[in-house]
Amino acid sequence: MKRFGFSRLMLILGLVFIYLPMVILVIYSFNASKLVTVWGGWSIKWYTGLLDNKQLMGSVVRSLEIACYTAIAAVALGTLAAFVLTRVTRFKGRTLFGGLVTAPLVMPEVITGLSLLLLFIAMAQLLGWPQERGIVTIWIAHTTFCAAYVAVVVSARLRELDLSIEEAAMDLGARPWKVFFLITIPMIAPSLAAGGMMSFALSLDDLVLASFVSGPGSTTLPMEVFSAVRLGVKPEINAIASLILLAVSCVTFLVWYVGRRAEASRKRAIQEAMEQTAAESWKQPVPQMAGAAA
Amino acid sequence: MKKLNRTLQSLIPSGRQLVIGVPFIWLCLFFLLPFFIVTKISFTEAALAIPPYSEIYTYAEQKFQLLLNLSNYAILGDDELYISAYLGSLKVAFFSTLACLLVGFPMAYAISKANKESQNVLMLLIMMPTWTAILIRVYAWMGILSNNGLLNGFLMWTGVISQPLEILNTNVAVYIGVVYAYLPFMVMPLYANLVKHDESLLEAASDLGSSKFNSFWKITVPLARNGIIAGCMLVFIPVVGEFVIPELLGGPETLMIGRVLWQEFFNNRDWPVASALAVVMLLILIVPILFFNRSQAKEMEGRA
Repeated sequence: MKRFGFSRLMLILGLVFIYLPMVILVIYSFNASKLVTVWGGWSIKWYTGLLDNKQLMGSVVRSLEIACYTAIAAVALGTLAAFVLTRVTRFKGRTLFGGLVTAPLVMPEVITGLSLLLLFIAMAQLLGWPQERGIVTIWIAHTTFCAAYVAVVVSARLRELDLSIEEAAMDLGARPWKVFFLITIPMIAPSLAAGGMMSFALSLDDLVLASFVSGPGSTTLPMEVFSAVRLGVKPEINAIASLILLAVSCVTFLVWYVGRRAEASRKRAIQEAMEQTAAESWKQPVPQMAGAAA
Repeated sequence: MKKLNRTLQSLIPSGRQLVIGVPFIWLCLFFLLPFFIVTKISFTEAALAIPPYSEIYTYAEQKFQLLLNLSNYAILGDDELYISAYLGSLKVAFFSTLACLLVGFPMAYAISKANKESQNVLMLLIMMPTWTAILIRVYAWMGILSNNGLLNGFLMWTGVISQPLEILNTNVAVYIGVVYAYLPFMVMPLYANLVKHDESLLEAASDLGSSKFNSFWKITVPLARNGIIAGCMLVFIPVVGEFVIPELLGGPETLMIGRVLWQEFFNNRDWPVASALAVVMLLILIVPILFFNRSQAKEMEGRA
């Protein structure tokens, strides 16, 4: 069992490596000293100071707004894409479509950002839209790359689904749209929620895309943080960073908890249904067996 | 009238066409088309105008002129800076991918061997950081690695070193930051793959007298091939274009192409050269991206 011990040790070290810097960051956000490296006792003054920073608060609101719109649009778009990839086996340009859906996952952000900005400028010249870049252009950029994440999460769920339920609904005369909204959507709801939360977090987090496609006066929170961080470590940044960490951790935990509850109740329902069928088949002997006995 | 009706009907897209068409058109418009525009602008000349580049074609006196300016690419080839930035990016990406694999594989392996309930919790712990601002996680390292930061303070306190080590603003810090930020992206696909492995194969091997190490090397690793490819691509490709980590943790000697592109675009306002840089980066990455897409397509169709 030597190798097992080694991999376990690596897991623990890896988790410490991932979490220790964040823990240190949160602890130091309560540092009373203005010098970030010297501990000067506990204090929450950097947090109360944040509320007075109008510019920062404005960017927080803007970022949250964009993240909400992005989550909604990315779930809609990503689910459609995942549905097409898993259920529509043959159509013209399927390979291209598959590539377009997954490529944003790995495409370096500087390339996507630059190319989208140039697209928006070309569109503004030709069509007169978008006149100025801001929330809408950032939303388009975020939706495009978040949809890829949603597509991956949702397609994994769609693959696991028991096709026979949808087929049964179709056999009973339900239109495809009705089947999709009444059968498929409820069954993949947990992964839709997970994809939505993921898009929300990714959008809230993005610096590079937003820097390229935003216009003057529409700085997002990461842009604000980045310009402050460039000048070095600051206690106010520690505070806002800790708040972001806290918010994301809460949301993540919530998603995980809801997902787990849904999974458990689904399993219980399946279990009950199976027990019920088993009990009923016990009461009524199977016809063939009755025939054989006679 | 009947004919008219039929043509009208064929014009209205069917449900199937709509389902395929909406995401398809969106992605073509906002993901594929922009690359052609970048390519176009990489052939223009920088100009003092808004937007700051010349037009690629002119139409005057019934003469259509297409002017391709190759000088941007010539600049890339001539200037030492750009070439070493490309090489630097590839080097950082390669070695950090390797480091992620060496650290991430045992982690994913340990998780896949844990019981079902702890698997979920551990994967949550791995995934949570990827939903947290990368900016903030990199920023946390700035406070740890700086000259009077926690790491140096700790090492001096224990007496290992007497002078603070210069870590922040060097390549070492970039490697730490990249591995730190991308490790979860390596663990996730590896875990997804390893957890599906059939335990009985390993048991059979050990029954036949294979050592633990031998069966790990000859059974687990080959079976995990798709997971390894996906994980490596998920790390390698974005790291080549990484901007935030070299900018915040790297020093003046850290030449990476994402950073150079950013500077050309935002500081020098030379859009054609920035576009040319992006086009060349894309050409370098096209093979790994296609490779990744193929493995994802297999995964999505469940053929893996």
